[in-house]
Amino acid sequence: MAIAERPAQRGTAPQPGAGSGSDGAPLEFHVFKGIPGEEQGEVTYRVPPVTGMVVLDAIHWIQKHVDTDLACRWNCKAAKCGSCSAEINGMPRLMCKTRIDDLPDGPITVRPMTAFPLIKDLVTDVSHAYEVNRRIPQFTPAADEPSPFVIQEMDLERIYEFRKCIECFLCQDVCHVLRSHDLQEQFYGPRFFVRVASLEMHPKDTVDRLEAVRTEGGLGYCNITKCCTEVCPEHIHITDNAIIPLKERVADRHWDPLRAVSRLLLGKR
Amino acid sequence: MIPESYDTIDCDVLVIGAGGAGLRAAVAAGEAGCDTVVVTKSLLGKAHTVMAEGGIGAALGNVDPRDNWGVHFADTMLGGQLLNSWRMVEIFAQEVIDRVYELERWGGLFDRTPDGRISQRAFGAHTFWRLAHVGDRTGLELIRTCQDRAVHAPNVTVHMEYTLTTLLKDGDRVVGAAGYRRNDGTFVVFRAKAVVLGSGGWGRMYKHTSNSWEGTGDGAALAYRAGAELLDMEFVQFHPTGMIWPPGARGILVTEAVRGEGGRLYNSLGERFMERYDPKKMELSSRDVVARSIYKEAQAGRGSPHGGAFLDVRHRGAEYIRKRLPSMVEQFHALASVDITTEPMEVGPTIHYTMGGVRVAPETGATTVPGLYAAGEVSGGLHGANRLGGNSLGDILVFGKRAGEAAATEVAGRAHVAVDERQVEAEQRALLAHLDPHEEGENPYLLHEALQEAMQDDAGIARTEESLTRSLHAIQELCERAPRMRVGGRRILNPGWHTCRDVVNMLVISEAIVRSALERRESRGSQWRLDFPDLSEEQGRVNYVTDDGGDGMRIRAVPREPIPPRLQRLIDEELALRAVTTIPVRPDQRIEGPAVAAVGREA
Repeated sequence: MAIAERPAQRGTAPQPGAGSGSDGAPLEFHVFKGIPGEEQGEVTYRVPPVTGMVVLDAIHWIQKHVDTDLACRWNCKAAKCGSCSAEINGMPRLMCKTRIDDLPDGPITVRPMTAFPLIKDLVTDVSHAYEVNRRIPQFTPAADEPSPFVIQEMDLERIYEFRKCIECFLCQDVCHVLRSHDLQEQFYGPRFFVRVASLEMHPKDTVDRLEAVRTEGGLGYCNITKCCTEVCPEHIHITDNAIIPLKERVADRHWDPLRAVSRLLLGKR
Repeated sequence: MIPESYDTIDCDVLVIGAGGAGLRAAVAAGEAGCDTVVVTKSLLGKAHTVMAEGGIGAALGNVDPRDNWGVHFADTMLGGQLLNSWRMVEIFAQEVIDRVYELERWGGLFDRTPDGRISQRAFGAHTFWRLAHVGDRTGLELIRTCQDRAVHAPNVTVHMEYTLTTLLKDGDRVVGAAGYRRNDGTFVVFRAKAVVLGSGGWGRMYKHTSNSWEGTGDGAALAYRAGAELLDMEFVQFHPTGMIWPPGARGILVTEAVRGEGGRLYNSLGERFMERYDPKKMELSSRDVVARSIYKEAQAGRGSPHGGAFLDVRHRGAEYIRKRLPSMVEQFHALASVDITTEPMEVGPTIHYTMGGVRVAPETGATTVPGLYAAGEVSGGLHGANRLGGNSLGDILVFGKRAGEAAATEVAGRAHVAVDERQVEAEQRALLAHLDPHEEGENPYLLHEALQEAMQDDAGIARTEESLTRSLHAIQELCERAPRMRVGGRRILNPGWHTCRDVVNMLVISEAIVRSALERRESRGSQWRLDFPDLSEEQGRVNYVTDDGGDGMRIRAVPREPIPPRLQRLIDEELALRAVTTIPVRPDQRIEGPAVAAVGREA
C-alpha cells in the first residue's frame, strides 16, 4: 500500500540530476514507513542518482532533503558494523553494501527486517538477539591454564571464520524458523549457533554448551536450507561449518547407541 | 516546571559509550563490585572500535625479542613530537602487554607465530614488529571480546540506543546525566556516584571522514559544558589515502599497504609528485608528509577530478595485486567499480582520529571535574601531536580499565544526591525546542553540511591564520543559526531531531579545534600551518588547554611537564638506534602475512 508520495519539502532539494556526480533520470524508491499500531506502508521517493551510490546513500538523501524523520539504523557505512540491515527488493542485505547499479532497473523497495518487531520505518527491535547471547556461557579457560596461551594456528583455523561475524542479524532475519514460525523462545538462530560453535571449538575452552544448544537452543529445528549462509555479508559458511558440526556433536552424544550404553554403564555423559 | 516526567535510573558508576574504552571501564567497575550502567547511542558492538584493522601495539617481543616497553615508549613519544603526557605513555607502554594477554584469556583470538604465541606485524614508526592482530579485523575482535565479557560481568547493565545530552551536577561535582531513549523519545535521568566517558572521538564535522555517524564529539562537548578542560584540540589526524569517489565511498580508508606494495601517486599531469616533496622515501614517506603533498598538488590545480590524487599500482601486475591486496581489489570493485589491476584509484586525505580530548590525570583518567573520568579517544594526552598506528586499541584497554577502577574506588561510601530539577528542565526545553511541526526553521542536516564545508576547507589539513579565522566566523554564524533548527515528526526514532543535538555538539568541538589551531603558531605533527611552516621550540614546551571561561571559550598555554631523565634516556637511545638503522625487523624473522586492511581505520 502506498500511503503517500512525498515531494521534496521546503525548497531544499536539489533538482534530480543536478549536482556533481548525478546522472540520468531520478530513481524511484518505495520505502516502508510506519509505526506499530498506526498506518503503515510504502512511500515513494524520487532520488537523484549519483555515480556509485548505495541504498544507504539514497536513504540519507531522503532524510536530508525530504523526510527528516525517516528512521534507519546505521553506523560505519563500510560494511564493518552490521547496523544497516534491511530487505532490499525482498532480499536481506546491508544497505551500505548494496550498489544501486547492481540492482535491476525499476523501482527499488526498501523494507525493515521481517523477523524482528518493528519500531519505526526501517528500524526493528533486535534486543532478543542480545538476550540470547547473554544466555550462552562465555569463554571459560581452565583456572590453571597458564597465560599467555600457547595455541597452534591450525587449531584456530576453524574458528577465525566465525569471529568475522558483524552481528547484522540478516541470518536471523532470513531463517524460516524465526521468520515464518516465530520460534524466538525455542531457537537461538544461526548467528548464535555460530557463536556457540566458536566457543565449542576453541582449544582452551572448558564449558560444555551442547546440551543447552540441543534443548533451549532448538538446534534440531534447523533443517539446513542454507538461507543463512546465502545472505551472510561476511560469507561465513554458517550451515556447513557451524550448524552441521554442532548437529553432529549432538547426534554423537545423544543418538549414538554405543555411547548410550557407555553412559548407562559408566554414568558419564 | 518540568515539561515532561522522566524515568530515573540509579547506579554507582555510569559509563557513557560502549566502545572498547567504555566496555573495559564497565568490566573493571563491575568486577570491583559497583552497580555499573553502560549507556550507548547505538546497539552494543557497533561502536567505532569495529573499524580498527591493523592491530594492538604491545611490546610482547614474540616476533622480535629485542622489543620492550621502553622502545614502545620512545616510539610513541617521538611519534607525538614530545607533546604527549610522558606519564600516560609510560603507563600505556608497560600495561598494554598485560591487556593483550588478558584479552586472549577472555577469548579473543589472534594470529599466531609458528611456535603458537601471539603473532605481531610491522607498522608505521614502530621500531619492531609489534602489532598483535587478527587478520585485518582486530578492532572487531576486541569489541566482541569486551562485549561478551561485559554482558556476562557481574553488576553490569547495558542500555542501548540512549542519547545522553548533559551531565548533571551538584555544585562542582558530576552526579549523573540526562538524555532520552532514541527509540521512543522519552526522557531519562541517570543518577551516579561517578561517571566515566568512553564516548570516542569526532570526525563528522569534516566532509571527508572515515568516522561513523557517532563521531560527533558528544563526550567532549558534555565534559566541556560541565566545566572540564580539553587538551590539544588542534590535533586531528588525516590519513593520506581515503577513497574520494564515488560519493558513497567518500572517506573510506585505502590501506597504506597499497603504497607498501609499490603503489605510486600521480597528479592530473601524470607527474609522480612525491619527487617534489620527499625524493628519498617517495610514497613511503610519513603519513603527514604524504597527506600534505596530495593536498598541495590539488591546491595547485593539479589534482584528480574530485580533488585528490591518483594512486596507481598497476605496474605490479594483476596477479600480484590480487594476491597481496585482495581486500583493496574487492573494496574498489564493490564500491567504485574500479578494477585496481587495470585502473588507478582516486584518493585524498581523510579524517582518521582525534589526538586531543578531555584532559585527564594519567593514573586514573580523572578529569578536572570531580566525579568525571574519561578514557580512550575522548581523552587527550597519550598521543601528543600525532598518533602512531596501532596505539588506539591499546589506549582504550589500558585507560578504560584504569578509569573504571578509579571510578569504582571513588564511589565507596558515597550516596546519590537528589536530581536538580532545574537542570533537567533546562535540558528538556532545549531539546524540545527543535521539534515543531508548524514552525519553519533551519534544517539540521544542511547546517551540518555547512559546518563540514567550513571545517574541511579552512580548518583541515592545511591551516593559516586567515583560513582559521574564516572557519571561526563560519562556526559563529552557524552557532547563531543553530537555535533555530526545527524538524517535524514526533520523538519516536526521529533522526532529524537527533541530528539537531549532534550539530550543537559538533559546533562546540569545532570551535575548540579552530581556536586551539589559531593559538599554535607552528607546524607540528598533524597541525600544519602554512604561515608557520616550522617547529617552534617555544611552542613545543606547551600544550593548549580549552575550557569555558564563563563568557566564552578560553584557550590557555600550559607548560608541558619535563620528561624525567630515566625516560629521556629511552628516547635518546631510540634516536641513536634510528640514526644507524631503518630496518624494523631481523631478516630471518620476516613473516609473510596477508596484505593488511580493507575498509576503515588501520589501528
